[in-house]
Amino acid sequence: MTTFVNRAPQETRGNWKTYLGLIVVLIFSAFPVYWMFVIATSTDAAVSQIPPSVIPGGQLFENLHEVFTMQEVYFTASLINSVIVSGAITAATLFFCSLAGFAFAKLRFPARNALMFVVILTLTVPNQLGVVALYILMGKIGWNGTLLAVIAPGLVSAFGVFYMRQFIAHAVPDELVESARIDGAMTLRVYWSIVLPAIRPALAVLGLLTFVMAWNDFQWPLITLNGTDFPTSMVALSDLASGNYVIYRRVLAGAFAATVPLIVLLLIGGRQIVRGIMEGAVKN
Amino acid sequence: MSLTQLRPSPHHEAPPVEPSRTRLWLYRFDIRAIPYVFIAPFFLLFAIFGLFPIVYNAVVSLRTWRLDEPDKDGWAGFANFTKLLHDSDFWNALYNTFGIFLLSTVPQLLLALIVANLLNRKLRAQTWWRIGILLPYLTPVVASTLVFSVFFARDNGMANWFLSLVGFGQDHPLDWRAEKWSSWIAIATMVNWKWIGYNALLYLSAMQAIPKDVYEAAAVDGAGPWRQLWRITVPMIQPVVVFTVILSTIGGLQLFNEPMMFDENPQSATGGSAHQFQTIAQLIYKVGWKDLNLGYAAAMSWALFLIILIVAGINAGLTKRIGGDR
Repeated sequence: MTTFVNRAPQETRGNWKTYLGLIVVLIFSAFPVYWMFVIATSTDAAVSQIPPSVIPGGQLFENLHEVFTMQEVYFTASLINSVIVSGAITAATLFFCSLAGFAFAKLRFPARNALMFVVILTLTVPNQLGVVALYILMGKIGWNGTLLAVIAPGLVSAFGVFYMRQFIAHAVPDELVESARIDGAMTLRVYWSIVLPAIRPALAVLGLLTFVMAWNDFQWPLITLNGTDFPTSMVALSDLASGNYVIYRRVLAGAFAATVPLIVLLLIGGRQIVRGIMEGAVKN
Repeated sequence: MSLTQLRPSPHHEAPPVEPSRTRLWLYRFDIRAIPYVFIAPFFLLFAIFGLFPIVYNAVVSLRTWRLDEPDKDGWAGFANFTKLLHDSDFWNALYNTFGIFLLSTVPQLLLALIVANLLNRKLRAQTWWRIGILLPYLTPVVASTLVFSVFFARDNGMANWFLSLVGFGQDHPLDWRAEKWSSWIAIATMVNWKWIGYNALLYLSAMQAIPKDVYEAAAVDGAGPWRQLWRITVPMIQPVVVFTVILSTIGGLQLFNEPMMFDENPQSATGGSAHQFQTIAQLIYKVGWKDLNLGYAAAMSWALFLIILIVAGINAGLTKRIGGDR
């Protein structure tokens, strides 16, 4: 029997098999996105070629130009709409969630723990299941078919409050808050000058995750915005892909254009996104 | 120390300079009311746009509520629910949803476990591997499903080309959308692709929290890396496994984007020519906004909600039992 010196995996150096496995995983992860790019740069002939071409063609700008100038799908406007929607949702989520997280972490008030428990309970509510009633509600307010209908349900998130509370509890020392209060600072002032600067990393994490989710949201925007002149980019893409004769190089040029902003975010903020997902897991 | 202790107490209220009444009022307001002002936006917005729709959904499900005939509105009792029980479209969609759910969840979580185990080593450029496997998580499903549509195309699709290389379907290329099993596999592939990396990171973060001496103690066994994974690591991260099982149950049973966009005509929401891959979430959309029957769509949402609760409960129980045995 062989005797193993049993070291924890996290102590073990990866060997060539580890790297080989990871390279396979990475190719599997990246290939569809890469291929999206390839088709977005190709001619019709290259798309239907056998064996498939995996080398980018030179048609990217022609294809993009076609998508952006298509009259009936409003693709250019849809990208701007997506920026507005995702930006508004991200800004509001960061503000409201950090405000509430600060109150739950550092302020004392009656029913604090009970209310925090309610926040955690709301985490379990699958709000996708309320879309029918949400549509009726938006109809009554008169927001259906406008960007407001997409923005409003995303303004706050229970996960955001929870995440902010956890972070602020550790990142902002009680003494700092108290000494500021003794100096006569109002609570809002404490939030603005002490809490906000201290939680920048958490704001980056939550902001990135929120933006990505808002950008990729499809079902509710489709319900409320379909057929209007104000689609988000996901709704416009589904429009682009519907119909009897779909031109794939054009559709995927659009898909690529709607994916690039997120790839840029991943390159800039990948560390934060990874950390956010991993931290969220430990503290569930 | 709590901030409430800073509240001016009537017993020893002797400040050197008597503050003005407005200041005092402002100060009291700041201590007593501001916390509620800070948390109010969350509760208000959630109540209106999160909680109310779910509750109101129950009301809608008990009514006749058609978008094309608003004047027909009225109480319907349980008619929508009775209709549901006899609706073959609903049962078909339920069957499809479960089929795709099984084909996507099981491989997804197993592969995520293996990927996490690969990442749980001392690696060069370790952050970049983690960022790399998150690319599918960030990519919009609407966009990636369009790529997979090309990949699984009947004519000149890459999947069929691979099959032809190993000797399948040279004469009759497989029409992936045409059959239940093939369309389910295609859709499950997309779901797996999107979520393996994300789940791997969840597992990885739990794996790194396992104390190192647990592995040293297990050296007596002479356990190799593979047995180490199944005998030590998996049981140690069991809570996170349960968590991911519940998450993928909730997500998987509400699957919407992939079957929608895989359709030859996405906006029709039919899930294939014979509904072979129509999921419940998709059927809800079709019933509500193509057939314009909101009352029935609401009833279906409630049914789906119940199903999710039950299945999530069963799955959580199963995972606990499987993991807890050894």
